[in-house]
Amino acid sequence: MSFEPKIVGILCNWCSYTGADLAGTSRKKYLPNVRIVRVMCSGRVEPTFILKAFEQGADGVLVCGCHPGDCHYQDGNKKTARRMPLLKKMLAQFGIEDERVRLEWISASEGDRFAAIVNEMTEQVRKLGPFSGNGGGANG
Amino acid sequence: MAPKIGVYICHCGSNIAGIVDCSKVTEFARGLPNVAVARDYKYMCSDPGQNLIKEDIKKLGLNRVVVASCSPRMHEPTFRRACQDAGLNQYLFEMANIREQCSWVHVDKEMATEKAKALVSAAVHRVALQEPLETKEVAMNPCTLVIGGGVAGIQAALEIADAGHKVYLLEKEPSIGGHMAMFDKTFPTLDCAACILTPKMTSVGQNHNIELLAYSELVELSGYIGNFKAKIKKKARYIDTVKCTGCGRCSELCPTSLPNEFDCGLGQRKAIYIPSPYAVPNKAIIDAKNCLHLKGKANGKDVCRLCQKGNEKKGLVGCEAEAIDFDQKDEMVEIEIGNIIVATGFQQFDPAKIYQLGYGRLNNVFTSLEFERLTNASGPTSGRVLLKDGSEPKTIAILHCIGSRDANYHKYCSRVCCMYSLKFAHLLREKLPEAAVYQLYIDMRCAGSGYEEFYERLQEEGVNFIRGKAGEVTDLAESPEEKDRLVVMVEDTLVRRKRRLPVDMVILSCALEPRPDTEQLARILTLSRKADGFFLEKHPKLDPVATTTDGVYIVGCCQSPKDIPDTVAQASAAAARVLALISKGKVEIEAAIANIDEEKCSGCKICIDLCPYKAISFDEEKKVSRVNEALCKGCGTCVAACPSGAIKGRHFTTEEIMAEIEGVLA
Amino acid sequence: MKQYSYFPGCGLSPEGFGRAFDWSIKGVNKVLDLEFKEIPDWNCCGTVPYDTLHEHASFAVCARNLALAEQIGGDLVAPCSSCYVFLSRTNQYIHEYAKVKKEVEDALAAGGLAYHGKVKVRKVLDVYVNDVGYDVIAAKVKKSLEGLKVACYYGCQEVRPIFGRDHPENPKYMDKLVKALGAEAVNFPLKSACCGGSLIISEEDASLELIKKLLDSAVSNGAEVMITGCPLCQLNVDAYQAMVNRKYKTDYHLPILFFTQLMGVAFGLDEKDLGLKTSIVPVKKALAKFI
Repeated sequence: MSFEPKIVGILCNWCSYTGADLAGTSRKKYLPNVRIVRVMCSGRVEPTFILKAFEQGADGVLVCGCHPGDCHYQDGNKKTARRMPLLKKMLAQFGIEDERVRLEWISASEGDRFAAIVNEMTEQVRKLGPFSGNGGGANG
Repeated sequence: MAPKIGVYICHCGSNIAGIVDCSKVTEFARGLPNVAVARDYKYMCSDPGQNLIKEDIKKLGLNRVVVASCSPRMHEPTFRRACQDAGLNQYLFEMANIREQCSWVHVDKEMATEKAKALVSAAVHRVALQEPLETKEVAMNPCTLVIGGGVAGIQAALEIADAGHKVYLLEKEPSIGGHMAMFDKTFPTLDCAACILTPKMTSVGQNHNIELLAYSELVELSGYIGNFKAKIKKKARYIDTVKCTGCGRCSELCPTSLPNEFDCGLGQRKAIYIPSPYAVPNKAIIDAKNCLHLKGKANGKDVCRLCQKGNEKKGLVGCEAEAIDFDQKDEMVEIEIGNIIVATGFQQFDPAKIYQLGYGRLNNVFTSLEFERLTNASGPTSGRVLLKDGSEPKTIAILHCIGSRDANYHKYCSRVCCMYSLKFAHLLREKLPEAAVYQLYIDMRCAGSGYEEFYERLQEEGVNFIRGKAGEVTDLAESPEEKDRLVVMVEDTLVRRKRRLPVDMVILSCALEPRPDTEQLARILTLSRKADGFFLEKHPKLDPVATTTDGVYIVGCCQSPKDIPDTVAQASAAAARVLALISKGKVEIEAAIANIDEEKCSGCKICIDLCPYKAISFDEEKKVSRVNEALCKGCGTCVAACPSGAIKGRHFTTEEIMAEIEGVLA
Repeated sequence: MKQYSYFPGCGLSPEGFGRAFDWSIKGVNKVLDLEFKEIPDWNCCGTVPYDTLHEHASFAVCARNLALAEQIGGDLVAPCSSCYVFLSRTNQYIHEYAKVKKEVEDALAAGGLAYHGKVKVRKVLDVYVNDVGYDVIAAKVKKSLEGLKVACYYGCQEVRPIFGRDHPENPKYMDKLVKALGAEAVNFPLKSACCGGSLIISEEDASLELIKKLLDSAVSNGAEVMITGCPLCQLNVDAYQAMVNRKYKTDYHLPILFFTQLMGVAFGLDEKDLGLKTSIVPVKKALAKFI
């Protein structure tokens, strides 16, 4: 049986969560490995949320917000855009693979794209294997 | 008190139950910490479904509720109300989205059920930490600021004023009326624009509830819905408007003549002038850049003053009301209002950008606004359609989509151009029955009451319709009949031939585009703009006049190009929204906002610059930051940034989100 | 001195129909103290024939020149308008389309080459106007062309807005250059209109009509000579002028030169070095005062 990754998705209420809902109302099918947590703005996402997710058993974290310029709260997503690269740099130093944490801008009309991203990330994380906390890989 | 959670799994008919095994999920939920009861039901949002919740709250003393069903964007308000009705604070409720984000998008039933369990677990863990919150109420100032005195602003102002409330009508130009006052006839009924607008303009001038701030601009805005403070600059007219009677004598005396804005530069005005024949307020104004006296004054000289002194030779006395005041200065005023309606309108696309159409280079190529002034009886030619040399054109071409539906300029369709182009064709056929009129279109867009019928009428009036967008307007003749005329080159796509049309006059149906000051205004009002530059509405279908800034509404062409009926409808809609709030007298403030624990705050001020709504201020005495609860929208950016963890994002606390993450991976 | 690589293309090779352009560019460069280094072993840019047959292969073929130019360093000067457009387009597509980039990279790698996107493709006129400047050029004029009426013909490719810097409908670089040489640039409304290009071969009538319009417009505005920066335009208006006269019963004798040839005349260079004799419509009469 192939390994089924557990990926936590943190989506902003106004664009990306609505985009994910649109994938649902359009009945677009995608892999069931992403479990979504809703925040009002991607700017709310603290780096510790992502670390917590890995600590609790996640194999990957997908953070989604509105496209730059379209943030419901003007520029919350700009802060996210600054925070995430810094976090990823730090994670890299722990040996955590780049593909395990992903930042995407998804608008309320991009249901198809959300589905495609979920599928793509699921396969990428599946290839990497379960997160072991010591730098990934099934042998950890 | 320990949390006592009720969990309700909805089948939603077979929408959820068809893929997710609801009984297994319910069984699973029963085993989760703090869950007192778990049920499943066919339609939780129905009355019986909601009653299940209400009964359990009352009978079992539940103090937390989780519903696993559709998206919270669908029914969160429904279930929140149900809880509130049963006496449970609405913020002690949480939803798990097992339809849009689970049963509708997965095929593997086992995995979908596992995911549903995880989502329920997440909600259960989260709701245990949720706290009751109360929405606050603030008072509503019944005064309204309407920015823009075109037909949109005028309509909104009159409706609010007639309901008995005070309106400040702010207009940048010296007179209200906007673009509509420049038009000749309006489609499809061919009403005269001035005839239907001027009575409204006069009403505005006379209405006791409307304070007209003409020739003024908004400089600064602070506050929040129900309690705004606006700083307005009243620009110097150099005329005492109380004394000025609008007699126009000063204009007769002024020696300086220059192109007239109201006539799009086709007519002339003086340096001291009354903006238009139907100006409201009907007062003079001095154009400081061109007034000889004011220019001289800047260099320490005292010249001219003919408007004041009069001209003995002509036997004319200067201003008898002594209204001219060369020392007048700009004035700043501050007003307090509860709501703001933005009705700033549009700008006409400048076709000089499209070199090959010859505007500004070749004679007798006109924009649509210029043509409106030509056919208008109050215009520079008294309504006669004349070429630059004073003769009448024998052939006229009207070119659609100039700047619209064009990847190089504006991708959108400006909506009104097909109709006003038809109107132009009709006016031309009426005024010049011998003239040939060509209309070059891509598509004919005539949606609206009476619009298609108007198009049919024009076809019967003998206008030549050519389906093809004009490629070039040139004066290079290639045959004797083209000599000394303009030639329009177009591919007639119905006949499938390239054509050269020798014409005498070309009218360019120009796009409606956002005004250049929208960027500045958006910053002052905290408004977003769409990709095309127009202001962003809250929801394009369900809420087109509201914006995401509570208390600020957008109406008319500043939101998107539209015709007069739609503009007036939007203005009335915004007026109704404002009147509803005024009649309520108070407004509810979002409860899920940020709150700073002053004991933990180190005064680093990082949060202050992050806030897009300037909702955080710094208390210099206590050296801590404080959130203005009425301004905070609850985005949480400051919460994430605080290094001391002093800011709590109510209803989205770090603990709640961490618990949700824990639960979703359990 | 600024570094430039040079792509003469088929037209400007020793037997090419535009060889006078190459000679005059070299002559003018000496005066302006510029050096264009010819790319060793350059190949045909592909242009219309190959591009219309097999677009992606033509990108690879064209990109080989870019890879070689990158090795030399500096901007790549492509005098021929068609070569210029194809090199520029290849450059742009490699940058914009990942698929094209991959195909080109693989093809180049097979030949032991690599292109990293560092080359900027430019026209000779652009280099003279923006890198050298009108003042420097005016200072080098030995024989002012005062009194000469010149129609500046840009052709349709040089002014494409995506690559070029001059105004696409009403370009001015050449007109201002002519002024710096002392001559008068006449009003020429068809300055950026098409001459028919390669269609002269397959759609001769359509192309002859376009050439006639150009001649009409230039001559009726008083032009004594026409100058251009495109070898194909020069060929069409020059070599087919007799055919235009035959077909339309006109009597045009308008010499058409490369603008660098005119510059060479103003700089006092030898007419042999400028290739004035390679023109089909005789040049002597119009330039009698200056050579």
